[in-house]
Amino acid sequence: MSADPREGRIGGDGQTSARRDPVADRVAALHRAHYGALVAPLVRMLENFAAAEDVAQETFARALVAWRRDGLPDQPRAWLFRTAKNHALDRRRRAGRWRAREAALRGSADAQRDVAGADDFWGRADDDALRLIFTCCHPSLSEEARVALTLRTVCGLTSEQVARAFLIQTGTLRQRLVRAQRKIDAAKIPYVVPGDSDLSERTSAVLRTVYLLFNEGYARPGDPEARRLCEEAIRLGRRLIALLPGPSGAEGLLALLLLQHARYEARAAAGGELVTLEAQDRTLWDRVAIDEARPLVEVALRARPPLPFAIEAAIAALHAHATRPEDTDWPQIAALYAVLAVDGNPVVALNHAIAVAMAGDVAGGLARLEQLAPQLPHYHLLPAARADLWRRQGAPEKARRAYREALALAPDGPDRRFLERRLRALGPDPEEKWEKDLRAVDETGARSSSR
Amino acid sequence: MNPIEEDHTMNYIFLLYGDEANDPDPQADPEAFAAMMAPWEEYTRALTEAGVMRGGDALQPSTTATVVTRRDGRVLHTDGPFAASKEQLGGYYLVACDNLDEALKWAAKCPAAADGRVEVRPIAEMEF
Repeated sequence: MSADPREGRIGGDGQTSARRDPVADRVAALHRAHYGALVAPLVRMLENFAAAEDVAQETFARALVAWRRDGLPDQPRAWLFRTAKNHALDRRRRAGRWRAREAALRGSADAQRDVAGADDFWGRADDDALRLIFTCCHPSLSEEARVALTLRTVCGLTSEQVARAFLIQTGTLRQRLVRAQRKIDAAKIPYVVPGDSDLSERTSAVLRTVYLLFNEGYARPGDPEARRLCEEAIRLGRRLIALLPGPSGAEGLLALLLLQHARYEARAAAGGELVTLEAQDRTLWDRVAIDEARPLVEVALRARPPLPFAIEAAIAALHAHATRPEDTDWPQIAALYAVLAVDGNPVVALNHAIAVAMAGDVAGGLARLEQLAPQLPHYHLLPAARADLWRRQGAPEKARRAYREALALAPDGPDRRFLERRLRALGPDPEEKWEKDLRAVDETGARSSSR
Repeated sequence: MNPIEEDHTMNYIFLLYGDEANDPDPQADPEAFAAMMAPWEEYTRALTEAGVMRGGDALQPSTTATVVTRRDGRVLHTDGPFAASKEQLGGYYLVACDNLDEALKWAAKCPAAADGRVEVRPIAEMEF
């Protein structure tokens, strides 16, 4: 695929031109809505991922030129699909010219395939959409390549939009995309929905990609580009549920994303500062999203065994359904974390320890945190958790010491500022005051002796 | 193969890496050596019976290797592979598969996948 200089105009969010350009706006909206649907059958026709993206981009560029000149067609979407199909057929004929004589001699097998590919261009939209998702999320691609390809190709974001969302240069992102497309074609990653024996493993790679995409956005509340990533991930989750047969694991993922995103406004209100669940203004939580998640959690928990996303969603739902922090069902949350902790992830075990303490067994929670120290020697949230429990216990000395431990490990950023605020909120350190007094006495002593 | 249909398969090489220190010596311990070889023989047979096998060899240990470089017309010979890595290239298979998924399935069944690793690389098709 060649880097497309026209992209900026097509999807530039109107930033490239101050004047209103209704044709460009319309093309941008169609790009967003139908890009993936256009690429998908093109990959099938051209049997080449990079070529399919080329044709799709060229189609949108042609639309911009033609519609500015001739006005909008009656059915813009149909125009796009027709143009793309014809362009792809041309391209295949040109590419296949050297084989044409052979093909004619062999009863024109290629020509027959030509017709077959073109005839059902429209016919397999759902199947095509799934193939595209599974190809973009193939486990032989790096996770960052999967995320970039999914956003660019499945979600129809422009390279500029994806690059902005990931805070990287557009050129860097394009290179990443080109490398991934080349790998798909060179290694012949098949353009198929995996068979039953691989479906669940490959589905989990897809779900993980969607989750990574969401997390990238979740990490930066208040940034509209980041918010777009969260919304894209939710949209993908809904599509996966519609496209995948039966309960697939996407239900738990979507529920989790909805429940986390429901707290977006409450987190954004803090202006990029960390705001704990406990301190959030719960009236800002998005009740519509929470209600959408409720039945999904139920479906997801029925799987045997339930997937980790389902359990995480159930935990998030228990938080979401507590009107006040003190109504939180901590014993239930602790029980769910215990199930999650079985796979030995120390960060999950940390959350389990906190939930155990919050459910009332503070000594038990602290003991669990103690046991985790060798596994998480540099993780600032471990002493931070201890500090918080001591603070709640009314033991400011111990809390203060643990906050200092956490601050020694915490990177610059919202977590660090939060820990500093908490430490300050504990009030002046009596020990420090005593030391200061002692220094003052020393200094006066020194002064008097030197006199 | 039907002569009218094109061959749509793709050639992949499986590069087999493992810790050769684990390999039993055929002279000193013939029984252990035979036990090690059995799954390899079985795997090679399975590849052949499925019609995907295009070739393959085991290599002598990396201690037998010589590295050759030529810089500015000067040829240099050095002993052994570059890095003293724990895993060495110990052999390869060349297979013809319909696509990467099929190749990855075969690679997963390779004995090297269990105690070392298998790197799957598509063969570049050059047109001369």
